[in-house]
Formats: sequence, structure tokens, C-alpha cells
Amino acid sequence: MASTGLFWALMGASFAGLFAGMGSALGVGKAGQAAAGVVTEDPSKFSKVLILQLLPGTQGIYGLLIAFITLSQIGVLGGGASDMSLAKGLLYFAACLPIAFVGLVSGNEQGKAAVSAIGLASKKPDQFGKSMIFPAMVETYAILALLISILAVFGVAGINI
Amino acid sequence: MADKNYIYAVARIRAHELGLLSGAVLDQLLSAPDEETAVKLLQEKGWGTGDAGADTVNVDAMLTRETEKTWELIKELVDDESVFNVFLYEKDYHNLKAAIKETCTAGEHPGIYREGGTVDVQLMKDAIEAREFDRLPGHMAAVAKEATDTLLKTRDGQLCDVIVDKAALSAIYEASKQSGSELLALYGELTVATADIKIAVRGQKTGKTREFLSEALAPCESVSVDRLAEAASGSAEAIYAYLESTGYGEAVEELKLSPAAFERWCDNRMIRAIKPQLYQSFGIGPLAAYILARENEIKTVRIILSGKRNGFPDEFIRGRVREMYV
Repeated sequence: MASTGLFWALMGASFAGLFAGMGSALGVGKAGQAAAGVVTEDPSKFSKVLILQLLPGTQGIYGLLIAFITLSQIGVLGGGASDMSLAKGLLYFAACLPIAFVGLVSGNEQGKAAVSAIGLASKKPDQFGKSMIFPAMVETYAILALLISILAVFGVAGINI
Repeated sequence: MADKNYIYAVARIRAHELGLLSGAVLDQLLSAPDEETAVKLLQEKGWGTGDAGADTVNVDAMLTRETEKTWELIKELVDDESVFNVFLYEKDYHNLKAAIKETCTAGEHPGIYREGGTVDVQLMKDAIEAREFDRLPGHMAAVAKEATDTLLKTRDGQLCDVIVDKAALSAIYEASKQSGSELLALYGELTVATADIKIAVRGQKTGKTREFLSEALAPCESVSVDRLAEAASGSAEAIYAYLESTGYGEAVEELKLSPAAFERWCDNRMIRAIKPQLYQSFGIGPLAAYILARENEIKTVRIILSGKRNGFPDEFIRGRVREMYV
């Protein structure tokens, strides 16, 4: 049973890295297509659209962070993985889910918002600052999910079950 | 096809939209003292072949080049531009009429064909001459045979035109509905409905029978062919009364003014319908809207230049100028 608990904890870390990373990949990919379109027509806008393209990339970093913390907590990183009950393993798994799923959805949706923002920056370069705000709003929810996952992962570490 | 995101293509179109003529530029063109000055203004905006230093400019060549530029861009942006064939069917069916009449009248009439359709003009001429209608696209083969046989038997060019024109409208309608794009479907609906209204009004003025009108009108969702044909076989007021009960009530005032006013209303309605695409970042809609916007501005420029060439007053020309997309 102890190894099953570790399996679920590891699965949580994998989910965090996997789905949040997928969200970012989708978002950055979409924004990248739009950025390439703009730069094809006007190479001078490269730096502006690059910033907008990178906005959906943060979800992947958040997922990586949660995965990293979880792996450290369960001892997989740095060796010394300890026995763990199934209940505790499932708690780690549950703790990783917010950033996993919110990361997937928000990364994809932020990518769509970034595509539109790139269109705005392309037509009205003087509105670049405002164009960043719209996709950045989506980030709020990824940050909230990151916060919950961090609190939960550290919280689970202190539970003796 | 229409389900794809076209993110790269839409981003490039966004940049090209900056080059579309705005209402302010049209005002400048209208204020130009003569055609030559207006053409120079257009050349400064990048219109034509890029040879801004040329002493004389062939306006037709310049406008043709602008149409070519649009399609060159679209071909560059999409893998399969066949989804936009709906915009080219009008040219195809015009060429079909020309080919049928040329074949049946046994003569060469250069200049009657329009370039840029989906079917090669020579192929069309060869197919009709050899009566090998199967060489034509599926939506065109049966109507080509019917129109050719009708013209040969009756020598009635108008009847031939009615058959081909209705087939053209039906082809546009079918293709637009099958495209899966809301915008193209709307384009098909508006194109067929406004064409039906024009046919009905012309038919009423020339005293066509209800049967003739029923044959000539193409079915669509927003206009009932039966009710429109019934109204058109009566009086102009009957047509207006019917239109008031449809979504084309606004057209009545324009129809009362003149056919030119109605044409302008039709184009403006299309432009208003596509304007939301300016804020769409995904899908085929912004690309289709760009094509329509370019066609609209080329048509408007042609009207202005033609008006200047013929010395019409500015107000007369202004009354025919279309609304712009940007």
C-alpha cells in the first residue's frame, strides 16, 4: 500500500507538469502563429508580439514549480523517498490538480486572448500596453490555482496519515 | 475547411486591413479635381503596378491588378482556396453564358470573358463547342447543356440568361451553406435574396408573368420565391408590401429612389454584415470579409474614377459611393 501512495503522489506531480505544460504549449503555439503572421508583414513589431506570445508560457512554469515542490516533498528528488500511505498519496494528487487543470485551460484560453492582442498591437502599435492587459487577466486564475496547489502541497506534508 | 483557426492568416490580414481605403481617403478621392489626380492619390496608397512615375495610367489595368493582388494574398495564406470559390462563381457563370452565346452564334468575340474564375475559359469554350458538358464542374454541367439546348432551339438569349443566372445563384447559395462558415452562409443568403429582389423589380417593370418570375428566382431562406413572384406579377407596391414583411424592408425606400440606390444599399448591407469580422481573430470569416471589402473598395474606386472621367458632379458621384469596411 505504501508504494501505491507514492505512485499517486508522483501522478499528481506528473499531472501538474503535464497538463499545465500542455496548456502553455497550446497557448504559446497559437500566439506564435499570430506573431509570425504579424512579423511577416512588419518585422519591426517582432519584440512587441514576442512579449505577447510568451504570456501563455507561465502556466507551464507554474506546473513545473508544483511538480518540483511535490517531488521534493515526497522525497523523489534528492533521494530518500519515504513510505507513504495511500490516503496521503491521494492528498498530494488532489493538491496538484488545481494547477494541472486550470493551467491547461487558462494556458489555452490565454493563448487565444494573446492572438487577439497581437492583432490589436499589429493594427494599433500605440495601444500595445493595453493589448497586454487582456491576456494578462487570464493569468489571474492560473495564479489562484498555483496558490491553492502550493498551500495544499505544503499542507499535506504536515498531515500524519 | 471553415473549422480551421487560420491564426497566421488572420494576423496577416489584420496588417493588410491597415491598407484598406477608409471613408477619409474616399473623401480625398472625391475632392480630387480630376481623374488623374485621383489616380495619383491611389498610387500613393500603393494601388496599381507600383510604377507611380508613369505618365499615363490604364485605370482598368490598375483595378484588375488590385483584384489580382487580393487573390494572390489569399492563395498565399490558405492551403486550399476552394472555400472562396463562392466569390468566383459569378465570373464562372458569366463566362458560361458568354461561351454558350459565342458557340451558338459561331463567332469570336474577344473581351467578353472575365478572368479569375475557377474554370479555365478555354476549357469552358472547348467543352461547350464539343458538347462535352461533363468536362465542366458538376454544378455547371447540367445547366450548361440545358442553356445551350434552349438557345439553339429557341434562339432566345434572355431565356438562356435566366437559366444560367438562376444556376449561378443556386451554386453560390449551395456553396455558401456548405462552407461551414457563418459569414459565407450570410454572404450566400444576402447575394441570392438581393438578386431575387432585383429580378422581381425588373420583371415587374417589364411585365413578366408569374411563371417566368418563378422560373427566374432562386430559392433562399429570407425571401419566399412564390410570394415574391406573386407580388412581382402584380404591382411595384405589391413588391414593396411583401419586402416590408421580410428583413429587407429598408430596401423599399431605396427601390423607390432608383436601381442605383438599391445597388448601393445592397453593397452597404453586405459591408455592415461583415464588419464584426474586424474583431474576429480566428476562422475563415476575417479572410472572407477582407476579400469582400477589397471588392467593395475596388468597385467604389471604379465608380469615383468613372464619375471624374465623365465630369459628373461630386454630389452625384457621392450618392453612389459605398460604405467602407474600415
